[in-house]
Amino acid sequence: MKYVDEFRDAALAQNLARSIATEAEPEREYRFMEFCGGHTHAISRYGVTDLLPRNVQLIHGPGCPVCVLPVGRLDMAIALALEHRITLCTYADTLRVPASERMSLLKARARGADVRMVYSAADALALAQQQPERHVVFFAIGFETTTPPTAVVIRQAAELGLQNFSVLCCHVLTPPAMRRILEAPPESLALDGLIGPAHVSTVIGSQPYEAIAATYRKPVVIAGFEPLDVMQAILMLLRQCRENRAEVENEFTRAVTREGNRKAQQWMDEVFELRDSFEWRGLGTIPLSALKIRERYAQFDAERRYALAFRPVADHRSCECGAILRGVKHPRECALFGTVCTPESPMGACMVSSEGACAAHYTYGRFRDREEHA
Amino acid sequence: MNTPAKSRRYVRPLDIANGQVDLSHGSGGRAMAQLISELFLPEFDNPFLREGNDGARLPSEPGRLVMTSDAHVVSPLFFPGGDIGCLAVHGTLNDLAVMGAQPRWLAASFILEEGLPLATLQQIARSMGQAAREAGVAIVTGDTKVVERGKGDGVFITTTGVGFLPEGVEISGDRARTGDRILLSGTLGDHGMAIMAQRESLGFASAIESDTAALHGLISTLLQSGAKVRVLRDPTRGGLATTLNEIAGQSGVGMMLQESAIPVHPAVASACEFLGLDPLYVANEGKLVAIVAPEDAERALAAMQAHPLGREAAIIGTVQDDPYQFVQMTTRLGGRRIVDWLSGEQLPRIC
Repeated sequence: MKYVDEFRDAALAQNLARSIATEAEPEREYRFMEFCGGHTHAISRYGVTDLLPRNVQLIHGPGCPVCVLPVGRLDMAIALALEHRITLCTYADTLRVPASERMSLLKARARGADVRMVYSAADALALAQQQPERHVVFFAIGFETTTPPTAVVIRQAAELGLQNFSVLCCHVLTPPAMRRILEAPPESLALDGLIGPAHVSTVIGSQPYEAIAATYRKPVVIAGFEPLDVMQAILMLLRQCRENRAEVENEFTRAVTREGNRKAQQWMDEVFELRDSFEWRGLGTIPLSALKIRERYAQFDAERRYALAFRPVADHRSCECGAILRGVKHPRECALFGTVCTPESPMGACMVSSEGACAAHYTYGRFRDREEHA
Repeated sequence: MNTPAKSRRYVRPLDIANGQVDLSHGSGGRAMAQLISELFLPEFDNPFLREGNDGARLPSEPGRLVMTSDAHVVSPLFFPGGDIGCLAVHGTLNDLAVMGAQPRWLAASFILEEGLPLATLQQIARSMGQAAREAGVAIVTGDTKVVERGKGDGVFITTTGVGFLPEGVEISGDRARTGDRILLSGTLGDHGMAIMAQRESLGFASAIESDTAALHGLISTLLQSGAKVRVLRDPTRGGLATTLNEIAGQSGVGMMLQESAIPVHPAVASACEFLGLDPLYVANEGKLVAIVAPEDAERALAAMQAHPLGREAAIIGTVQDDPYQFVQMTTRLGGRRIVDWLSGEQLPRIC
């Protein structure tokens, strides 16, 4: 497959593995966080860890959209679907995330709620046009990657004068989450650098990470989601460490520029504004870290339309998703992992999406647990 | 002028070209009898069916009887490389064949949705008859029911197969041993992606055809090579990954696969990439997994490659000792991963 196989090539991987082994100083420990679930998935699926020296460790970050969605927000969506007789559309991963009282959107569907899986925001808008007698709510989640498409459908709905379409907006922003990870957290998390987002950066560009790299003195390398992208980024991070630099570098030059996608940014800005604060699963409440729909588009805001209020809900007390999302714990350190929490019956959100740290470790890497503890 | 009585059939022939299935076709009355005699019988024709009894009286053969059953609910009914008819024949025959049995007879039950065009049904029956004749088996009995519009999906077909297993052939999922080699007869994922490409209108993937085929010829060739064959399976729903995990569980072993050795058609690989699927989990309907004693692996491979359905056969891995029964894989990149059971639903209905 052209333009894909090149980034999964075994010979190139071996070359990179040798360069990484040479670059890493043997007496030093390196801890790099891959921010995105897309990276986590690629690392696990291709077994990238096996090509790294033992003293280069990868820590899974919080960049998995369904993983950081707090239970309270899911509860809002479930209540909306069950009590207001609307059609709720959302991305597939969101359906299985456990909410309060052992509910999920999938279970709400079994109880008669009209919940549909869509591939894109545009599908939800199309559904609203097809069934004018029913109100359609798009449950919008995700980082800056999925935000511009939501902005587009809200603009389109306004242009079409649609009366039966609204959005439950739960879009969140990457840079504030990255800052939260790098601020001295209660637990010790000594990171040596970050592998920066691929798709998010195609939208926001590499520029927003510059202040972060400078403030926290951490190198950031933006990388694509193919395994060789990740390995190249690790090599670039190691070089920055050796040269004592803390800069933003861009490995993913085939898609990311410093400025990002101006048009997408402009549309996001036109439709959304910053929320004062937003509760993240695992990271707590972070000021100015999420988006809400501007007053101008209020009629398309499901939160306003249905007077929905957010009620914070604590996670299951044994669930370590929070610590795993902050990078301070590994999935194997959670007592629920692989006992009562499995991909078939997830207790925490990290076990739901294939990009979640627990699901990736369970599906691709759990054989390592016994090797590392043998 | 009156028509002479002897030229009257007193039954108006089925209008197959324009007619549709209605509730009377499942009522047990004349309409049903006519559907069987005018639509099914000509396509399946054989002496057992022609007897017209409630069951078929079949001759016995040496060896043990093997029996299996499979329901088919594929949507769309017609897809590149096949249709629900030939699929319903191949699916059940292959379940007999991977036991090492020689398939002989099939029973077919149809659940028809009111409104299904008779021409469509005839096309499906014709495809079944042809697939059965090519495989040397007869469809000897069956049943037809009709459900109201909206309660079916055109047609559902359940086929039950009977075959004979010669004495001395011992093939079972619990016989894989450490060191055995894992062979695969050809490319992965063709059937599942042919259906998905059709359903999702993926123009670039239109070159993908279902691999639906009867495997007993390939299996005969393999067994005649004299290679010690421990396990045979056809990796259908859930794909190769699921099949290998089943065998690992039954035999109490682990496995190590080589990703670079596993054949995948480039168009299938691209379509999977596009939809975020893994070919290891995509359904096949004409592929064979064989687990063979290590000393016979090359001989078994040569035998498979000599058969038209096994030209792209490859040795893809080794059975290993593992109390956790993990199926693992050395990735193309050179790392390792688990090849786990399919979790949740990868695809809508495909077989």
